[in-house]
Amino acid sequence: MEKPDISRKRLAEAIAFWIFRLLSLGVMGILFSILGFILYKGIHVVNWDFITKMPEDGMTKGGIYPAIIGTLCLIAGSMIFAFPIGVMSGIYINEYTKDSWYRRFVQLMTANLAGIPSIVFGLFGMSLFVNKLGFGDSIIAGSLTLGLLALPVIIRTTEEALKSVDDSYRHASLALGATKLQTISRVTLPVALPNIITGFILSIGRVSGETAPILFTVAAYFLPKLPTSIHDQVMALPYHLYVISTSGTNINESRGMAYGTAVVLILIVLILNLIANAVRRYLGKKYKTN
Amino acid sequence: MRFVDILAKSTKQIKHHNMFKIESKDVHLHYGAFHALKGINMSIEKNTVTALIGPSGCGKSTFLRLFNRMNDLIDDIKIEGQCLLDGKDIYSKDVKIDDLRKRVGMVFQKPNPFPKTIFENVAYGLRVNGITHKSFIEERVERSLKQAALWDEVKDKLKKSAMALSGGQQQRLCIARALAIEPSVLLMDEPASALDPISTAKIEELIYELKSDFTIIIVTHNMQQAGRISDTTAFFYLGELVEIDSTKKIFTNPNDTRTQNYITGRFG
Repeated sequence: MEKPDISRKRLAEAIAFWIFRLLSLGVMGILFSILGFILYKGIHVVNWDFITKMPEDGMTKGGIYPAIIGTLCLIAGSMIFAFPIGVMSGIYINEYTKDSWYRRFVQLMTANLAGIPSIVFGLFGMSLFVNKLGFGDSIIAGSLTLGLLALPVIIRTTEEALKSVDDSYRHASLALGATKLQTISRVTLPVALPNIITGFILSIGRVSGETAPILFTVAAYFLPKLPTSIHDQVMALPYHLYVISTSGTNINESRGMAYGTAVVLILIVLILNLIANAVRRYLGKKYKTN
Repeated sequence: MRFVDILAKSTKQIKHHNMFKIESKDVHLHYGAFHALKGINMSIEKNTVTALIGPSGCGKSTFLRLFNRMNDLIDDIKIEGQCLLDGKDIYSKDVKIDDLRKRVGMVFQKPNPFPKTIFENVAYGLRVNGITHKSFIEERVERSLKQAALWDEVKDKLKKSAMALSGGQQQRLCIARALAIEPSVLLMDEPASALDPISTAKIEELIYELKSDFTIIIVTHNMQQAGRISDTTAFFYLGELVEIDSTKKIFTNPNDTRTQNYITGRFG
């Protein structure tokens, strides 16, 4: 029996453990340094006027109110379109198709949709919604384009959420004379809902930060008024950020504005996430499944 | 239930008065290439308890699931022969599966209450079958919980989640849930195998009492249980029905040596 063998094993164990720990702490560190940097540079710009006033003086002064409203409109619009369609597609794939080449084909195509670069969505949205369907640059064209982008995330998470629902619930429901649709709507879907909402949260995060898809479909360079219908153009936070950082009237003077805009964008995503999380927790408790 | 339905039900019962409640005639079942049931013939009388026994994989659960067509959920399955309920083939095209399952209730091996309230669990079968009358549902929920010997334990917490109940209570809740839609047949797939001895005793007592209103088929791995609660016992082995007779006969003087070996614990 050689003793050093055991201590070498323990050393290897300790080294591996510390490497894993440091790497994951490092990832967290990156997140916090980005947040910290943005907050440090931008938080002093953010005040009530900043979030409630129109931009002034070639976007170097005033607020970003229209861009906030624009982004909220686009999030709402894209979710109204993508959430029901995504959830229904997820239900179809998991509940109505058998485990066959057909299901795998549909899943593969959905995954491919997620892999398409967002600028391509933008071009597609422009040619289909803006030009072909004649919506012009508008909230509806932008929302539909962003919705397409969000679809694969929602479909995938719905599928996973439904897959994790124990079959014994489905069997119990069917054995009581429920139809498949009743089983889905009264048992399977409510049980899966908290996890489906995770997909909703992820896609809100994705949609709110995208610039390329709205570039040719809705975003206005400078539009100091609020939209009155879904056929209006709007300003949007990510595009506004891009504009005042790269091609504004005076980039140096609007630098602070740019960081402030980033802070607001991050805060909006954060607040929406917190709300969705609270809803998820509430539903999780309501349909507690042990 | 509407009056017309009651009338239809009672005339049906009169019509089949001297028929067997359940019959299977030369039933074969294949899962893909696997021949799971090999020509099963069985006749079950009304208001009796029939125990299906046999080693794991002998086909007894598969046979049980023929009668509420739960096997239909499995892909690549082929069923031959006839399964009759009140003299009518339940696999004929004019039988709607959800209608059949209203008449043939099922209790599963693992208690599987829905993550809903106790009340909603029992009301579920009524609601999915289109019943909306509030006081009717309340009445039926109470009656079913009483039948399942659970009422006294849960009457003050009907609005609480069913998931908070103990395993034995959950299983009785599942029985109440099955009884609420007034089936005439109750299929039980090892209903007590996941429960402690006291809960098991309660379930067994319950089965004995339910016999007066229902025809019960129960799959069990527990010989003593089969001996205690059933009128008739059927022994399955490798997809065949080896022997079916009165429980007393099977447990004291079976005809087939395989039955003898199984009940004395020589294999299984």
